[in-house]
Amino acid sequence: MKIGKQTIKLESKPCIYSTSSIVGPKEMQGPLAQYFELHIKDVFFEEKSFEKAESKMLETCINNLLVKTGVSQSDVDVIFSGDLLNQCISSGFAMRNFDIPFLGLYGACSTFCEGLLLSSILIESNAAKQVVASASSHFCSAERQFRMPLEHGNQKSPLAQSTVTGCGSALVTNRAVADNGIHITHVTPGKIIDLGVTDMSNMGAAMAPSVYSTISNHLTDTGRTIDYYDCIFTGDLGVHGSDMLHELFKREGIDISKNHKDCGVLIYDEQNQDVNSGGSGCGCIASVFSSYIFNELKAKNLKKILLIATGALMSPTSSNQGESIPGIAHAIAIENEV
Amino acid sequence: MDILLNYGTVFLTGGIICSIGQILVDKTKLSPARILTLFVTLGVIFTFLGIYEPIVEFGKCGATVPISGFGYSLFKGTVKAINERGFIGIFTGGITATAGGVAAAIVFGFLASLFAKPTIK
Amino acid sequence: MNTNLNISNSEYDDLISQKAQKSPILRNVIAAFIVGGLICVLGQFINNKMLNLGIDKETASTITSISLIFLAALLTSLNLFSRIGRFAGTGATVPITGFSNSIVAPAIEYKSEGYILGLGANMFKVAGPVLVYGISTSVILGFVYYLLNYVF
Repeated sequence: MKIGKQTIKLESKPCIYSTSSIVGPKEMQGPLAQYFELHIKDVFFEEKSFEKAESKMLETCINNLLVKTGVSQSDVDVIFSGDLLNQCISSGFAMRNFDIPFLGLYGACSTFCEGLLLSSILIESNAAKQVVASASSHFCSAERQFRMPLEHGNQKSPLAQSTVTGCGSALVTNRAVADNGIHITHVTPGKIIDLGVTDMSNMGAAMAPSVYSTISNHLTDTGRTIDYYDCIFTGDLGVHGSDMLHELFKREGIDISKNHKDCGVLIYDEQNQDVNSGGSGCGCIASVFSSYIFNELKAKNLKKILLIATGALMSPTSSNQGESIPGIAHAIAIENEV
Repeated sequence: MDILLNYGTVFLTGGIICSIGQILVDKTKLSPARILTLFVTLGVIFTFLGIYEPIVEFGKCGATVPISGFGYSLFKGTVKAINERGFIGIFTGGITATAGGVAAAIVFGFLASLFAKPTIK
Repeated sequence: MNTNLNISNSEYDDLISQKAQKSPILRNVIAAFIVGGLICVLGQFINNKMLNLGIDKETASTITSISLIFLAALLTSLNLFSRIGRFAGTGATVPITGFSNSIVAPAIEYKSEGYILGLGANMFKVAGPVLVYGISTSVILGFVYYLLNYVF
């Protein structure tokens, strides 16, 4: 049911029953290493190209989710998945080996929450009982699509972010089918916000206003305050983008720095891993939610969270044409109600 | 002492040219590809204006090794060919003078790609 | 648009420049100066050796260029040039070594799309503009030189 301006309240409270994550070697050197379920030792993952490697990661991740939950392919009604590559090839090719209806998504780095949002609405409407939401990214395939060849000797801006090699999948279920107490209670699809940032190496600042907009509309629509949530997790604002988000709230007299964390900041050791402003990419929030955050929810260390995936919807073409970077952010309210 | 002085001017000139590039990268939003294009174009123009030749005399490889020196070679080759062959030299001179470097880069690039793989460190 | 955001684009831009971490420009310039200078010194060293062997000036400078281009191509294919570039910035990319790297790096990278449309078509993805503008400028100014010296 729609409440307020842009929030949907889910009466049936669909359940996030299980998750699965896989990451690359660099992520395994980061502070969240112990939480990731699977990892690859080499960025090629025994494939001939980075694109094939990314696709194989996604396939492995979804497979792992189905195996460990014991859900057969015929019982999954739909898979939502997306990635950063042109025509979403990582997802499309990964799905070749599944006998499951597939809906491809492009929301840049906001894809994972877009998938969760659509999954929960399908279940709320009784159109599906079990849905998988996935997203992937790969540092090397993203670099070659958006930036310079890997071996080119360029220097990165301190504001630039490093694409996460990783993938996360979540199984969303109707509570009558499977329930573990972790429920999606509200979803707030975001609006495109563009404050004219054109710097391709400053995505964090380009996306922060859309996060601000989504959070504040979500709170108004639900009548909640920031303190209602144990933590607000954003996708990939990075150090600088998080700073910008805090500043935007500070202008309204609200301090969110205490219960806000950013997956792009959490996933790497910013001081020692040469990642500049932090991690980014569809796989960033997908892998961090599917490992660390979901673990914390299961352990009840976190009970109420707002998960916000953030996307920068530009391309090298639009950027070369001098366009600014449209930002988007989708919010999912998740509560452990057992 | 002579040797030190000799290499000193090379080091100084090369260092200054690279530093100008670095300042442009950090202070403006010019990407490295734009800097290289700017430098090679300026190399041609400064050679035409007679400004680059004295820099080369002073800094030798410090002025010819940076990409602006590529512009210098292009225009110097053009002038030489015009003086030797007339009008057609306008078109043949530049590439003739720089052919060695360009062909080397192409062939080495091709050979490198046969055995090298991109990776992240 | 932007209904609940009461900040203008220019205000936001100011806020970004206020908060953004600046590039460590002094450190970068010193690194670029030293590495760039050293590469030129290496070039001079090769050049002097060639001249000592009695090779003429023009050939010596071509050999110098080719040697540096080879060295950079080798370092690029050993996955080392990108590290030097990250440390030295334009100190590595402005010398002819950077020109070499900008041709070799895409060649290695795009081989996965095949030898013709991948490697062949993308080799000049980064270095192409250098040739386009360098050669065009030299032809145009060559024409001017021709007019000034042989026509008028």
